[in-house]
Amino acid sequence: MMPRAVRRRVFSRLMTGLTLLAAVLALAPLFAIFADLVIRGASSINLDFFIRNPAAAGQTGGGVANAIVGTLIIVGVAGAMGLPVGIGAGVYLAEYGGGRLGGVVRFLADVLNGTPSVIVGIFAWTWVVRPMGHFSALSGAIALAVLMIPMVTRTTEEMVRLVPHSLREAALALGFPRWRTTVRIMVRAAWPGIVTGALVAVARIAGETAPLLFTTLGNLNFKTDVMQPMQTLSLQIYVFATGPFEEWHRLAWGAALVLMALVLLVGVVARAATQKRFRDG
Amino acid sequence: MTGPARRLRSIGWGDGLFRGVLAALASVVPLLFVGIAGLLAVSAWPSIRQFGFSFLWTSTWDPVADVYGAAPMIWGTLLSSLIALIIAVPLAVGVAIYLTEFSPRWLRRPVGTLVELLAAIPSVVYGLWGIFVLIPLLRTFVVPPLQAVLGWTPFFSGTFFGNSMLAGGIILAIMILPYISSVSREVLAAVPPSQREAALALGATRWEAVWSAVLPYARAGVLGAIVLGLGRALGETMAVVMVIGNRHDLSVSLIEPGYTMASIIANEFNEAAGLQRAALFEIGLVLFAVTVAVNALARLLVWRVARESAVGSRAI
Repeated sequence: MMPRAVRRRVFSRLMTGLTLLAAVLALAPLFAIFADLVIRGASSINLDFFIRNPAAAGQTGGGVANAIVGTLIIVGVAGAMGLPVGIGAGVYLAEYGGGRLGGVVRFLADVLNGTPSVIVGIFAWTWVVRPMGHFSALSGAIALAVLMIPMVTRTTEEMVRLVPHSLREAALALGFPRWRTTVRIMVRAAWPGIVTGALVAVARIAGETAPLLFTTLGNLNFKTDVMQPMQTLSLQIYVFATGPFEEWHRLAWGAALVLMALVLLVGVVARAATQKRFRDG
Repeated sequence: MTGPARRLRSIGWGDGLFRGVLAALASVVPLLFVGIAGLLAVSAWPSIRQFGFSFLWTSTWDPVADVYGAAPMIWGTLLSSLIALIIAVPLAVGVAIYLTEFSPRWLRRPVGTLVELLAAIPSVVYGLWGIFVLIPLLRTFVVPPLQAVLGWTPFFSGTFFGNSMLAGGIILAIMILPYISSVSREVLAAVPPSQREAALALGATRWEAVWSAVLPYARAGVLGAIVLGLGRALGETMAVVMVIGNRHDLSVSLIEPGYTMASIIANEFNEAAGLQRAALFEIGLVLFAVTVAVNALARLLVWRVARESAVGSRAI
């Protein structure tokens, strides 16, 4: 039998090793997924992939030009609607959020952040698709905007709160009105962080699929009219991955690689925006 | 009125307007919440009136006879989330402990970022990977030995077709891991260093310090992180719909297909009408109520340790 002290040290080492093992096991799927995306996705990417629309079912060739453009349009429209609201709400929470409304907004924003996106999908279907009488890219963009608002609200609030109080006091002491203090001093100082929060939200909704199923619907043709159904990379991946054709599976992997690259690109830009200012935790 | 006084008044007016505009934007959040809850309740009403509470424990889902019950979907949601938690919790908490307590300092940021990168992968990409990589892997290496050893239990009986509760649970585990680990890390990092130092000064080994001084202090927060992960698992849609099999059967077998509340909405909503659509709205209402409760609980728990942190708002 080992002495007690040795046994305890060995046990400590063992548990430390197990936590290291947990870290390795947690990273394994990440590397596996990225490797599969690159290996299977890259082989289906060529010029056609970016400039052609999908070929007819069962035929070879074709690309996902319509889905790439559709994703950019829908995410752009969603951002144009969701970001101003989210940023405004976040600034409200940071600047005037001590009261009752502030508490309610903060709590419900956190709760909405955890709401399944498919529920936001049927919300948009009921309020937009049903009254309009048809599916449209716009209704999907509205659903995505709804998803963005609570996320952006909370990140904006956090970033504005990080600005030192002394800056506000200095501005007010110089006779700045309250609103100009907020806009010119507080929001401006927090801006890189706000941009990061906004871009992280954009990256997250760019890959959303569930809220688009009953709104944007998807489209095999190249469309830029937001009042019509449109294709996105995420919808394309879903349809192609669950479809029966080899060629579709090939395109699905290519589309997944492009979507992942898009999301990572936005994420990297988001991180770069704050790198110099704050150390993120 | 003199000049300066008028100027002061106009300044006050600008402040009031500014605050009003921001308050209106902030009010969008509660309006959305009320809008979603109200819409679900109103749209689900025909189904609520028709089936009452028995909707929750009826296992028939028959569009031909127009009879609907959510039991298989509620069961599938709970079972797949349970599988996910059993796999993800030890890994996620292990990662969090390793990164806050044991790892070399230079390793913390890169490894933490990489784990959180799992949260940046779109759900549909997880589904794609599940179909073409995970399920073949399970079929070749995991399910045969499981069935050989545990095939006599009801949990591993039946035929494995690929799409299954097990595949759904594993995918969910990978997806919720970054949420649990990043919130746990935040909570563990918020534990005052004096807790560790006191334990170490009393002669505890490093693990004993973590186990007896750090974890008890952070218990509520880590539990909150786990509850947050549970909330994600309950509502996750696309990846699940792609690998779980989408069959309305009540089965305890992990290797047979199942259904979840989120995935049946995704799968059947566009084709549904009338009472079936109302039933799907009612499933949405139940799912919404559950995720609201779970997220509110997670927030309360995490806030006890890491005050005011924006739980779950950060991804990537």
